[in-house]
Amino acid sequence: MNEDRRDFLARSGRLLFLTGAAQLAFDAVLRGEPEAAPNYRTTDHWWGMIIDVEKCIGCGNCVRACKEENDVPREPFCFRTWVERYHVDAEDMERPEVDSPNGGYDGFPERYRTGDGSKNFFVPKLCNQCAHSPCVQVCPVGATFESPDGVVLVDKTYCLGCRYCVQACPYGCRFIDPRTETVDKCSLCYHRITKGLTTACCEACPTDARVLADLKNPKDPVHEFLRTHKVQVLKPQMATGSKTYYNGLDGSVR
Amino acid sequence: MESILHGVEGYMYPNEMELQWSILIVLYPYITGLVAGAFILASLERVFRVESVKPTYRLALLTALAFLLVAPLPLQLHLGHPERSLEMYLTPHTSSAMAMFGFVYLWYLMVVLVLEIWLDYRQDIVRLARTATGPLRHVYRLMTLGSYDVSEEALRLDDRAGYVITLVGIPSAFLLHGYVGFIFGSVKANPWWSTPLMPIVFLFSAIVSGIATVMLLYMAVTRLRGREIDMRCVDTIARYLFYAFIIDFSLEMLDLIHRVYEADESFHTLDFMVKTRLYFPHILVQIVLGTLLPLGLLALTQLLKLTEGARRGTYAAAGLLTLVGIFAMRWNVVIGGQLFSKSFLGYTTYKMQFATREGLLPALVLMILPFVILWVLVKLLPPWVDEKAAEQPAA
Amino acid sequence: MSVFFGHRGHLVRMAALFGVGVTGFFVLQALFVPKDFGVYGHYRAGALDDNRARPAAFAGRAACVECHSDVPDAAKGGRHETIRCEACHGPLAGHAADPTEKKAVRPDPRVLCARCHAANVARPARFPQVDIAEHAGQEACTACHTAHNPLVPPAAGQPGPAPGGTVPPAETPKGETK
Repeated sequence: MNEDRRDFLARSGRLLFLTGAAQLAFDAVLRGEPEAAPNYRTTDHWWGMIIDVEKCIGCGNCVRACKEENDVPREPFCFRTWVERYHVDAEDMERPEVDSPNGGYDGFPERYRTGDGSKNFFVPKLCNQCAHSPCVQVCPVGATFESPDGVVLVDKTYCLGCRYCVQACPYGCRFIDPRTETVDKCSLCYHRITKGLTTACCEACPTDARVLADLKNPKDPVHEFLRTHKVQVLKPQMATGSKTYYNGLDGSVR
Repeated sequence: MESILHGVEGYMYPNEMELQWSILIVLYPYITGLVAGAFILASLERVFRVESVKPTYRLALLTALAFLLVAPLPLQLHLGHPERSLEMYLTPHTSSAMAMFGFVYLWYLMVVLVLEIWLDYRQDIVRLARTATGPLRHVYRLMTLGSYDVSEEALRLDDRAGYVITLVGIPSAFLLHGYVGFIFGSVKANPWWSTPLMPIVFLFSAIVSGIATVMLLYMAVTRLRGREIDMRCVDTIARYLFYAFIIDFSLEMLDLIHRVYEADESFHTLDFMVKTRLYFPHILVQIVLGTLLPLGLLALTQLLKLTEGARRGTYAAAGLLTLVGIFAMRWNVVIGGQLFSKSFLGYTTYKMQFATREGLLPALVLMILPFVILWVLVKLLPPWVDEKAAEQPAA
Repeated sequence: MSVFFGHRGHLVRMAALFGVGVTGFFVLQALFVPKDFGVYGHYRAGALDDNRARPAAFAGRAACVECHSDVPDAAKGGRHETIRCEACHGPLAGHAADPTEKKAVRPDPRVLCARCHAANVARPARFPQVDIAEHAGQEACTACHTAHNPLVPPAAGQPGPAPGGTVPPAETPKGETK
């Protein structure tokens, strides 16, 4: 019992301290200076994301926000995150019709009618920040790696551009940036989350269909959410240790 | 952007519409396969004492070396940052098959191939170091490493060491090309690649292509030299080619039957791909033209009593078709594995260009280059006795 | 030489050559591997800092509210209450850092509102969506809706986000007056 209380006090103390430090960190955010936000300890965090498919309206805010925040190339096809639209015949789950016009960047022009017996919904996709990432496993030099706080990152000064990791990702979330000829992918806005902000996609989402989750923070709503909702990860048979949890994921989603 | 979209059918994840690995990555397993196959043919003589293939021994080794030297080039051309490729040796990620392959390659090049060639040729190198003229003399002198000992004892030691190296070299050759198969076979994200059979299929198709290459080269070079083709040698090689091909074909059929029978979640999309986009390269070129036809031709030579001329012609045709078929096999694995979406809902097309860094032109140059290097090696280290006699100055 | 090695001399020389090669490899490693490699795992520790060193484009609601403190009050109790500012107004970290130099531009309602509220079969059925042409004809959405609190009508005769919600006096597109 004593241990628990001590633990609790220690954690809340740390949290208060972090909040105060957050303001300092905040100014550093705008200037883009990592050294000015020194209070972030990687071992205190284990990042993931919750995606609520039932809330996604396919507005494309997240796709646009990500491209702005992370300077993602507009051409040819480079997406750190994208949204897919599913049109599923209710009795044929195995053959959904899926589209993602320019990744959902310009929204989704209407293509379907109501009342045709189909199920239609949007599914945002991004790097799943796998805990047992196959992309990290195959990188020959250590240019992609899992940070101590659970984010899969790319070292652009070290990457050879061999594209093995692009082949190894089951979710198709990696691409080659034609400007640097190195690999790029969703970094979970590492430059933001390490300074107390949320990711650009979560910031821009109007319905909170995307919510950043810190699995090591006991106060994070993710724990309650995972306890009370039926969640899934994409391609669980690959055992990638994906930390992107989908609520309301239909069986037809690829 | 528009041209990429034109080639897409169904749904592909946005990032997978453009292929990542081009024809250069098709070339690379093809070339390393030729190396492994040529070496295994050479080792038939050295370790398994198959006397009849002795005329091809040195040629096979030089062929292996020529191709092995070219093998890293398609990779360098493909990399986004070739200037950083040393990182693979300095900070290799031990869980990455690609990184570990760098060491397998280095091991095979230096410890197996270079050492074995040096030991086998040493007597000639020493002689040429003493008798050659011009700048070539210095090359030979360098190759002697300063030792001119060609006494019986020294040569016996060389032979013994060469035997051990060849012995080690056989599993090394298996590792060399099996590893390339593993690079593909271990990618769980791609059901076209992910199978434990992949390293074995790669290895046997390598053996087949390597044997065919040496057989064709031997026949061509002997003709060019105006000499008589040793039919006992060629008949033996063709027989080994036939056996290896039967094993290779059985393995590929096993993979196919297994897939069709189990019909797992990826089957539908792969089946469709093979029947449409891969119909020409897979069904027509790889299976019919590149496997069934040469197998049939080789079977004919085993079953019927053909004249020498007829056998030579049949072997040549079978050999060429084999090389085409094995190239198609590499193409179908590498390119085929990227033509379908990992969502199993769509397909894209490979738009190969001509005169770009990863286009058809550099691929053609890289295929011709090993023959140029081989020509240089044959001049430098002649595999045949009478050729050396022709270069010797009088007395 | 031959006294020590007998007839093995050439083999010893070759072995020595290999030894030189292996040593050279370790020398290269010592010279070229980045010093911070391998500290946390098989990667360059500096890459963590590299990934953190990017200026943010989105400032976050707290930054906006520092100056525009009336907007949360206007939005209170409304359907758009929980939407963060930059979801509609775009990335404004530059503006938050230097409001006079980097101006914010008010988005066009016909474009902006349609992004979320144009009827689409794939949207959750209970999400408010309309066929824009049927619903609004040629009118701008702000003729009947206040952007920050959409079910509150704008003040009589005035478009725009009133009551509550400031619009900077200059720079309003289409030259509307307050």
